[in-house]
Amino acid sequence: MIRAEHISKSFAGRRVLTDISAIFEPGKTNLIIGKSGSGKTVFLKCLVGLLDVDEGEIYYNDVPFTRLDFRGKKELRKQMGMLFQGSALFDSMTVEENVRFPLDMFSGMSHQEKIDRVNFCLDRVNIVDSNRLFPSELSGGMKKRVAIARAIVLKPKFLFCDEPNSGLDPKTSIVIDELIREITSELRMTTIVNTHDMNSVMENGEKIIFIEEGEKCWEGNRNEILKSDCSKLNDFVFANSLARQLKDSSGQ
Amino acid sequence: MFRFLSGLGSYCMLLGKVFARPEKHSIYYRQTMKELVTLGLRSIGIVTIISFFMGAVITLQTAYNTENPIYPTYLIGLGARDSILLEFSSTIVALILAGKVGSNIASEIGTMRVTEQIDALELMGVNSASYIILPKVVATVIFNPFLTLISIITGIAGGWIVGTSAGVITSQDYIYGIQYAFIPYYITYALIKTVIFAFIISTISAYQGYNVEGGSLEVGRASTKAVVYSSVTLLLFNVILTQLLLS
Ligand SMILES: Nc1ncnc2c1ncn2[C@@H]1O[C@H](COP(=O)(O)OP(=O)(O)O)[C@@H](O)[C@H]1O
Ligand SMILES: [Mg+2]
Repeated sequence: MIRAEHISKSFAGRRVLTDISAIFEPGKTNLIIGKSGSGKTVFLKCLVGLLDVDEGEIYYNDVPFTRLDFRGKKELRKQMGMLFQGSALFDSMTVEENVRFPLDMFSGMSHQEKIDRVNFCLDRVNIVDSNRLFPSELSGGMKKRVAIARAIVLKPKFLFCDEPNSGLDPKTSIVIDELIREITSELRMTTIVNTHDMNSVMENGEKIIFIEEGEKCWEGNRNEILKSDCSKLNDFVFANSLARQLKDSSGQ
Repeated sequence: MFRFLSGLGSYCMLLGKVFARPEKHSIYYRQTMKELVTLGLRSIGIVTIISFFMGAVITLQTAYNTENPIYPTYLIGLGARDSILLEFSSTIVALILAGKVGSNIASEIGTMRVTEQIDALELMGVNSASYIILPKVVATVIFNPFLTLISIITGIAGGWIVGTSAGVITSQDYIYGIQYAFIPYYITYALIKTVIFAFIISTISAYQGYNVEGGSLEVGRASTKAVVYSSVTLLLFNVILTQLLLS
């Protein structure tokens, strides 16, 4: 479980996050939704400590992350995996080396054990026979899958995904969403996904937090989202005409 | 002025992070080997070509500027040798490497920054500054003295080949000249300068790349800044070091 309490963050005097509190539950895919520029990425980076919060506290299973020293944070980070928006694979390494990197850095495994673990994870995300390829030789969807493999190779307890389906076609998006959901329940992780994609909201939304201009406006699940009376949320959810038609027809 | 001081402060803090104790020596060793190839071996070609022609030009110019029967011609060899040793093979080669190696370092690290590869390292709990920058600094500091030696040798050879074929000096005079009143300390001087210049180029360029914010446009800008700032700093240190080492 991850608990954020009263998180605020500014850049050079400009407020980006204002007093956000939220609880993210284990074994679930927790979604953070909102328009682009609303502060989702900044919030996620605050949660994992890549950015320092100005105010507020973050607890990982009741460990006060924000109050830990450098070494303590580093230890806790070994239980975190993150999928970045652009995948953030290391360009100069092959697929196999990318996924093996956390093992090389932090595990005492033998070479063969590492290779087995890497192949297991690549297999899990359906990447086969690509161990020797470089990131520049992969499609966007494959990059995301390799990045997922790298994020889970150390069996993290917490997984963070920043816009996992940005830049992907709808079909590949669904594959990635399903993968994240399956892996989350397999490993009993607390997963937090940033997205502005309504398809994945309706597929994955077990727990949803809606952020608008750096403030939390609404929280609930996918069944509640269509019935909410939060006007900002409705503007976001029913931004496209298909969704509006659906709402109108169900409202009658 | 304030911006300069705060920049200097964050540069020093970055260096502190870079020289923190490495986590896994084997990985650092592997990275350093990689960097020796990209930043070192791949610079041999350009250093050789430029040194050859500069040696040739220095010899010709010295010859035409001393066309006076009072001067013995072997002084041409001596003049060429000392210019190459004192200034050219350390400073000019360093300026060229600031262009090549500096922009390479800044754009590579800058790209890692804007594509969140540095964030990915930090998230794993890796000291990204040390992991990325230390191997580059070590590789350039180790390898640049070799480049300087290569430059000295090809420079002197260039002067000899072109000088003799242009007929401004005989082979015997040139060889006598380059040995005449030779001060071995000049080589030490050149190598000390090279090591310090290598440190300046690699750390300033890494600093520029590491602190990029934005996108590919900013990466390009950082790489230009890396070349300009490291060249200027290097020239400033050239004056200081010359005063310290030769006075
Ligand atoms: N490092 C930064 N410095 C200054 N402003 C930033 C920085 N990162 C993000 N912002 C600003 O914060 C706001 C929220 O950005 P972000 O979290 O990336 O939005 P999104 O919801 O699309 O992920 C944007 O207006 C952005 O300009
Ligand atoms: Mg974002």
